[in-house]
Amino acid sequence: MTRLPRWADLVLVPLISLLLAGVISALVILAIGQSPWEALRTMVVGALGSPYAWGYTLYYATSFMFTGLAVTVAFHASLFNIGGEGQATLGGLGVALVCLSFPWPHWTLALPAAMVGAALFGAAWAAIPAWLQARRGSHIVITTIMFNYIAAALIIYLLVSVLKPAGQMDPATARFPEGAHLPQLNEIPLVNLIFDKQVPANVTLFIALIACWLVWVLLWRTRLGYEIRAFGRSEPAALYAGISPFRVTMLAMLISGALAGLMSINNVMGESERLLQNSTEGAGFIGIAVALMGRNHPFGVFLAALLFGFLFQGGAELGLWTTIPIELRTVVQGLVILFTGALDYMVRMMLVPFFRARKLEAA
Amino acid sequence: MGRRDTAAPLDVPPAIELRGISKAFGTVQANKDISIRVMPGTIHGIIGENGAGKSTLMSILYGFYRADSGEIFINGKKTEIHDSQDAIRAGIGMVFQHFKLVPNFTVLENIVLGAEDGALLRPSLAKARRVLDELAREYELEVDPDAVVEDLSVGHQQRVEILKALYRHADILILDEPTGVLTPAEADHLFRILKNLKEQGKTIILITHKLREIMEVTDTVSVMRRGEMTATVRTAETSPEQLAELMVGRKVLLNVPKAPASPGATVLEVEDLRVTDADGVERLKGISFQIRAGEILGIAGVAGNGQSELLAVLGGIMKGQGRVRLNGEELDLTGRHSDGQSRRARGIAHVPEDRQRLGMILDFTAWENVAFGYHHDPAYQKNRWLMDNDAILRDTMGKMERFDVRPPIPTLQAKNFSGGNQQKIILAREIERNPDLLLVGQPTRGVDIGAIEFIHKRIVELRDAGKAVLLVSVELDEIMSLSDRIAVMFDGRIMGERLPEQTDERELGLLMAGVANGKGDAR
Amino acid sequence: MDFSTLVQILDSTMRLATPLLLACLAGLYSERSGIFDIGLEGKMLMAAMCTGAVAALTGSVWLGMLAGIGGSILFALVHGLASITFRGNQLISGVALNFVASGVTVLIAQALFRQGGRTPPLSGDARFNPIELPFAAQLADIPIIGPLYSDVLSGHGALVYVALLAVPVTWWVLFRTRFGLRLRAVGENPASVDTAGVSVIRLRYTAVIITGILCGLAGAYLAAGLQTGFGKEMTAGRGYIALAALIFAKWRPWHALMATFLFGFFQALALRPDVIRGTLGFDVPVPALDALPYVLTVIVLAGFVGRAIPPRAGGEPYVKER
Repeated sequence: MTRLPRWADLVLVPLISLLLAGVISALVILAIGQSPWEALRTMVVGALGSPYAWGYTLYYATSFMFTGLAVTVAFHASLFNIGGEGQATLGGLGVALVCLSFPWPHWTLALPAAMVGAALFGAAWAAIPAWLQARRGSHIVITTIMFNYIAAALIIYLLVSVLKPAGQMDPATARFPEGAHLPQLNEIPLVNLIFDKQVPANVTLFIALIACWLVWVLLWRTRLGYEIRAFGRSEPAALYAGISPFRVTMLAMLISGALAGLMSINNVMGESERLLQNSTEGAGFIGIAVALMGRNHPFGVFLAALLFGFLFQGGAELGLWTTIPIELRTVVQGLVILFTGALDYMVRMMLVPFFRARKLEAA
Repeated sequence: MGRRDTAAPLDVPPAIELRGISKAFGTVQANKDISIRVMPGTIHGIIGENGAGKSTLMSILYGFYRADSGEIFINGKKTEIHDSQDAIRAGIGMVFQHFKLVPNFTVLENIVLGAEDGALLRPSLAKARRVLDELAREYELEVDPDAVVEDLSVGHQQRVEILKALYRHADILILDEPTGVLTPAEADHLFRILKNLKEQGKTIILITHKLREIMEVTDTVSVMRRGEMTATVRTAETSPEQLAELMVGRKVLLNVPKAPASPGATVLEVEDLRVTDADGVERLKGISFQIRAGEILGIAGVAGNGQSELLAVLGGIMKGQGRVRLNGEELDLTGRHSDGQSRRARGIAHVPEDRQRLGMILDFTAWENVAFGYHHDPAYQKNRWLMDNDAILRDTMGKMERFDVRPPIPTLQAKNFSGGNQQKIILAREIERNPDLLLVGQPTRGVDIGAIEFIHKRIVELRDAGKAVLLVSVELDEIMSLSDRIAVMFDGRIMGERLPEQTDERELGLLMAGVANGKGDAR
Repeated sequence: MDFSTLVQILDSTMRLATPLLLACLAGLYSERSGIFDIGLEGKMLMAAMCTGAVAALTGSVWLGMLAGIGGSILFALVHGLASITFRGNQLISGVALNFVASGVTVLIAQALFRQGGRTPPLSGDARFNPIELPFAAQLADIPIIGPLYSDVLSGHGALVYVALLAVPVTWWVLFRTRFGLRLRAVGENPASVDTAGVSVIRLRYTAVIITGILCGLAGAYLAAGLQTGFGKEMTAGRGYIALAALIFAKWRPWHALMATFLFGFFQALALRPDVIRGTLGFDVPVPALDALPYVLTVIVLAGFVGRAIPPRAGGEPYVKER
């Protein structure tokens, strides 16, 4: 097989995959009797057409950066963490408990404490599947999926029976104190020159950007990152090198779970300001697509998170202005995962003739 | 099918004739314009170094690959072989180096697989049982039809492979490196079977890199080098030296120049070492030996007799029971300090048998692999948190130069280096740590001749610097020429120790086959 | 818990275990051939939607079932394309197809019926109607055996019996036929099949298509047997639970029957908080009961039931060695 140049592998393959997913989605839209062109226009206007629209797109992108990074870190250890959804749900619980337990005077104090709560709860929810994988060899894909279901049941129980304030009808916690309110982009000096209307995107965006950078440092500049990557590529070799599979599996999953949990800073603390049912809106799953699309590199995750922020916000606009159901987002997400994660060889084979032809011309 | 042309007069067409076969994998020309004629009822050897293209050629003949150009004639008839089914139909059977058996199937099920007589199994199995019985008597190929294959010895598994081919009415039998996993006695038995098959009119192609086998059993021999067929000669009219030269293209130094050893204090003491693997099988059954400073102890033996586990437990990959002392101090064999990190900290370096699976990460760059296992080294750290990638890179460039790694590009991924250069990277990493004890397994497997000399020299240099070396190899020649003492392993035990100048391959071969004093009568 | 309650619970065990059993056997064919399939869930969902839609449109449950099988096979073929032809990551392919199924089923159902992504309620011939087994009425009065036969075994939709029959058939195919021998071989060591002149690719595609058919039946039963139409995400993790049952059963047909009935029993129990309260003496929160099958799955996977060795070549795309 002819090898593709590195840039083609990193840039072209994801782009072609995206294009293929787009084409198939367009066919689906056609099949249900709608206009793909109209749909795309609605999405672009609704997600990118104004600072207000960007405020939503960036809000979603922030969440996806965290979940995408979570999947990325686990992927490098060759662990397929599908439990981002459950870990983020539990992270939300951690945020809620921290925010409600103390009358926070200012967000700068509440934020670090809430981050610790989010990360701890997310990591704890990842710890059990991780331990089961490392010690009992239980398939982490299935256990993390099961933990998503269990997390959903747990949160319903807690919201209905424990955390719901007396007299409230809907299953949700009480509103967080004023002092736990995170500044939204329209409340930050200078930034509010662009964002003049209230938008959900908030300071968590900057934390997400820092997290991207920190994950890059972790994976390519630290011993732990080195061990994670080595273990992910070859477990027997890792053993030879004296890398403990148990330790790496646990740490990679704990970090992954903590990152997924941190997402809830964005949605629970930054947006809804109380814990609701299904607070994650599937962001944990979108992390898989983001990580694959981003080629498991933090910078790629950043770009892919923006793209999926656009898809998510655009998809919501579709639900508002057209009769195309919002589930179109799930289809696109699934197709992107399929093409970037499972059919990447096919995409490469499609590209090979072009590069071979060019090589011949050059020769 | 099933023809028996025992007499092979001159006007009979060759059983196999290949004309102008070429095959490239990407930019690598694996076979270049190869032509060959094999007469029916003969044993034809194909000899060449690793990577000379022998296996590729035979895979083309068996329909695993399509040749880019060239023609195949079977019994004088032009034959298109697109897949294994075509090859089987043309009467070709193949015994691969790595057996293609289903481990949890019985012998009978393995034989029948793909050659069933109908949609239901029972009649096929019954018929196979009958045929198997006849074949066993005819060719000395007894094997229990109801035994599960993974419980059989390697020699018996090989018989199953041969029986599989014969059951499919093969007239032409190709064997790819068949003796690599056999004891000398098992190999002798195999050769008797092959001669027997030849007398019954079968045509046999034997692929090997061992000169001794070619001389012993073949009628004609072809030599391959770098994808080309360099010569075809009658075995009776050639000599091992001539074949070796044809294989390599120049005179080969079969012996490494080395001064007599001057052993010092005892470095490694192993006492009653036992290892049980994950399946509960005892792989080492109480092993004791010592290695002194400035000494190479060679462990000879057929693959799979506990050598790998010995390296693994000393290298900290597996747990074990017993006592191991390094420079007088006990090694932890089960607890927290029984991993690779602790071993390295104690001064044990390890060049593993399977370098691609254990010794390096193929997707990592050369410099990342130079840090592999030593990534906690303070010299490789920038501060408490971060690794100093530039320091590793600089170190790698030095190592590449000193060990003549080609190409000397530290940022190239390990998988893009040849086997020999991969081995040099690992050797540089381990030897330059200046360890008290070097564990080295199969140092030259899959390595080109030029690199072999280089690697052998480096190992001897380490010994001369007063270090202890434990060398595990399945190549007797390598053991004989490098070791100062030789221990032979069989079935998880050490059968005996010999000095290389006081023993020969026959005696070692008997020990390798488990004959206790090495002087017993094998026949 | 008295006997009549037990009979009721066993009766609903039969119904709840059926889709699990069909999906479990579906997974068995695929995994025995060396193809991991996390996508049972998605195939069932697709089949449920196709069945619900076509049965609602035509009024025939059988046409609906055929459509369900068709939809499931379509997804199975995409999985085959990714994992066999293009040697992709089988886990990722399965997960991706589950997402596609989750979205596309709602999209199509909404486009066809505009009822919030559901298919219209099915009734009459558009559902699998109960089949009375022979002598069910006559034997009903015999103590113990009578109710077990007449109320538990008898009176289910056809697919319940198809699922039960599929167990011995699968055993027979696996261990008594040429196809079964080759299927088992290709999951253990594909090279053995390849060198014997049998196409690995064709064998694996056949297995994957059988998986599609059985998942199709499972989905059809969900939409037109267990419930009265398709609803969003109606599989609710059954595909994953079936996979856990498959591991529990160590990839063997009769054990699959037992494992899925165990899971079915717990699902049936979770539907009866009154019985649990009666047995345990205290209230168990409903969400805890909902989570019970998933917790059970984790416990099974944790291997507190013994070590399971999967087919050796599972999950690895087959590439000819050089």
